[in-house]
Amino acid sequence: MKIHLTRRYKFCASHRLHSSQLGAEENRRVYGKCNNPYGHGHNYVVEMAVSGPVDPATGMIANLSDLDSFVDREVIEPFDHKYLNVEIEEFRDVVPTSENICIEIFNRLRKFPFAKLERVRVEETSLNSFEYTGEPVGSSR
Amino acid sequence: MVYLTRKIEFSASHLYHNPAFSAEENRRVFGKCNNPHGHGHNYVLEVTVAGEPNPATGMVLDLKELKEILQREVTDRMDHRFLNYEVPELSGQIPTCENIAAVIWRLLEPKITQGSLHRVRLYETPDLFVDCYGDGNGAVALQ
Repeated sequence: MKIHLTRRYKFCASHRLHSSQLGAEENRRVYGKCNNPYGHGHNYVVEMAVSGPVDPATGMIANLSDLDSFVDREVIEPFDHKYLNVEIEEFRDVVPTSENICIEIFNRLRKFPFAKLERVRVEETSLNSFEYTGEPVGSSR
Repeated sequence: MVYLTRKIEFSASHLYHNPAFSAEENRRVFGKCNNPHGHGHNYVLEVTVAGEPNPATGMVLDLKELKEILQREVTDRMDHRFLNYEVPELSGQIPTCENIAAVIWRLLEPKITQGSLHRVRLYETPDLFVDCYGDGNGAVALQ
């Protein structure tokens, strides 16, 4: 039997979708309202799914207090109430779409030392969500 | 393959305590969940069955039958119970979301005879849930 534990977290942040590889007109055409030069924000939800053996002494895959403090340090503290384009180093040159936010969060959370990261799911709004499970083994990335 | 999901809710209390740990270690590892009087949750269970629709009925399995299985195996056993003391399948285990979900998987898996049990998802709160899946060959390794 495979068991995955999933925990949901929230942060609020602003971003602007604008690609330096596209002209002003094309940025407006591709990103529409999301290209507003002043940016805009969302209430993001992050789901982190981990797997691993259930420790018979605790009944747990991972202690939630370890999980919460790790996610808080790696993602919530740096992302919450921030302007992602400017305040997150990785988004200086990468457009902070929810796809890229999902990948960046996965890369941060994969360092969790007590269980294996299986999946990150990001909800940008209650209507849009994105999932990333990492690159397949053997891929160049 | 079609995946069909049925949701139920049950409310129960539990506490986390390992008799092999000292009182101080129990408090450190389990925090508020170690309160000796217990505490409770409204659990939400989603059970997903995979299968091909029967050409004669258009159904993977009869939802009424699934509802009865869930009532008998889960609700009757766990609803409004103190899980540590009243559910024998959990005896000797810490009744975490992981262990409760695994017990529910083992109770349901042999009872689902039309289609096959694909996933058991148990929410302890809206922000915490556990998924159980089979190991892919139909057999479930008991831990």
